[in-house]
Amino acid sequence: MKKKLQSITNKIAAPMTIAGILVIWELISCFHVVPTYMLPSPVQVIHAFISDFSLLMFHAKVTLVEAFLGLLCGVLIGFVLAVMMDQFEFIYKAVYPVLVITQTVPTVAIAPLLVLWLGYGIAPKVVLIVIVTFFPVAIGLLEGFRSADRDAVHLLQSMGATRIQIFKHIKIKSSLSQFFASLRIAVSYSVVGAVIAEWLGGFSGLGVYMTRVKKSYAFDKMFAVIFLISAISLVLMYSVDVLRKCCTPWENRRAIRK
Amino acid sequence: MAELRVENINKFFQDKQVLENVSLSLHNRELVSLLGASGGGKSTLFNIISGLMCPDSGEVSLDGNTITGETGHVSYMLQKDLLFPFKTIEDNVALPLVIKGMKKREARKVAGPYFQEFGLENTEKKYPHELSGGMKQRAALLRTYLFSSKVALLDEPFSALDTITKSAMHKWYLGIMEKIQLSTLFITHDIDEAIYLSDRIYLLTGNPGHITEEIIITEKKPRGEEFLLSESFIHYKRKIIENLEKKLQ
Repeated sequence: MKKKLQSITNKIAAPMTIAGILVIWELISCFHVVPTYMLPSPVQVIHAFISDFSLLMFHAKVTLVEAFLGLLCGVLIGFVLAVMMDQFEFIYKAVYPVLVITQTVPTVAIAPLLVLWLGYGIAPKVVLIVIVTFFPVAIGLLEGFRSADRDAVHLLQSMGATRIQIFKHIKIKSSLSQFFASLRIAVSYSVVGAVIAEWLGGFSGLGVYMTRVKKSYAFDKMFAVIFLISAISLVLMYSVDVLRKCCTPWENRRAIRK
Repeated sequence: MAELRVENINKFFQDKQVLENVSLSLHNRELVSLLGASGGGKSTLFNIISGLMCPDSGEVSLDGNTITGETGHVSYMLQKDLLFPFKTIEDNVALPLVIKGMKKREARKVAGPYFQEFGLENTEKKYPHELSGGMKQRAALLRTYLFSSKVALLDEPFSALDTITKSAMHKWYLGIMEKIQLSTLFITHDIDEAIYLSDRIYLLTGNPGHITEEIIITEKKPRGEEFLLSESFIHYKRKIIENLEKKLQ
């Protein structure tokens, strides 16, 4: 009974905190601590969300398509890089430092360049997302491949397994949990990356919507789009978790046993 | 028929010699132990026999064919069960067949009938962490057996088990050896285990490691537990201990 109570408390702790913040926020705007045109109340934000719903959905669709394409390419590139780095030591030595350098360049700094090179269409957005997502995936996978038990690799070698067989039977599976951890990060990066790219030039997408409502000082709409973006990220991260559970059935059974 | 021969193996790591003129043989359906202190080169010898490592000189042959430095001829099992946590027992056990090029389905079919014999009924669809230590070890043994039904190298396969499980495994192993055609080369540092299970025991001692003595255990198989307490058992044990101590001095 006590344990059950505890698990309920654990489950509702986070929603309670969020609800608390919303209540405080509502009170702040109710008592005009901050002028309402600068900080709209949660209720106003919800109204803005509802009134602009179809427009928001239109832009969200654009952003999601960009994020999906970018993520797909990013994951593919990350996978190929990780496999190459794992299989060939010289590629690892040659490529790894360059990879790290690509991550030190701030996204906001390359986005305008990409827009100048690739125009206002979907291309610069996808490229930017690829740049921010391939790295965590490549590193996560590489770590995963290397986490494969050395003795297990030896065992397969003693059975006369080829490199491809070793890769298929141990390395891929050993890397899955690391891969999904990185994918979670990459997914949230992809949405943020898409929005930033849209900010800096484009005709549609949530980033474009954001710049437009900013110019008209529509704070309520700004908050509405911010919440929409974080909701999208959360849903996507949750989907990654669901996917992980489907792909690693052996982990689930272990969890249940505990 | 399986006949494993190891002749005049020398192995150096950098300048340090770890094995010196090691020769041994393993005949059909025999269980032969290599007994010696840890770090005495026993595992190195196994790596050489299994083909994972090349000796600096010497030869390994199976049924008259040289297999020095070639993997895939004899099966190898380590102290760790090394069952893959992400594969079901069935797929773990069938893995060597898949590596040899069999389809997954076929491999499962081939492995199926052995589950009962190895005391693994109804574990086919389970994952390794759902099994007890003894069962995991039996599953690993089945995998080893399915890889090569001729010669198995077992590197301290029971040493991670508790004493009770271990002695149950000993009995079980002697039982299964009656039913299947398998020659086993067995590494251990447990003298009782070596005497109880083996047909012959090689003592591998010294630095660099070399074979100092071959002891033949004449007691008939299957051996009951009373053998462990018999006069002849103590006699073998004394002989081995004396020999090992002599080397230490």
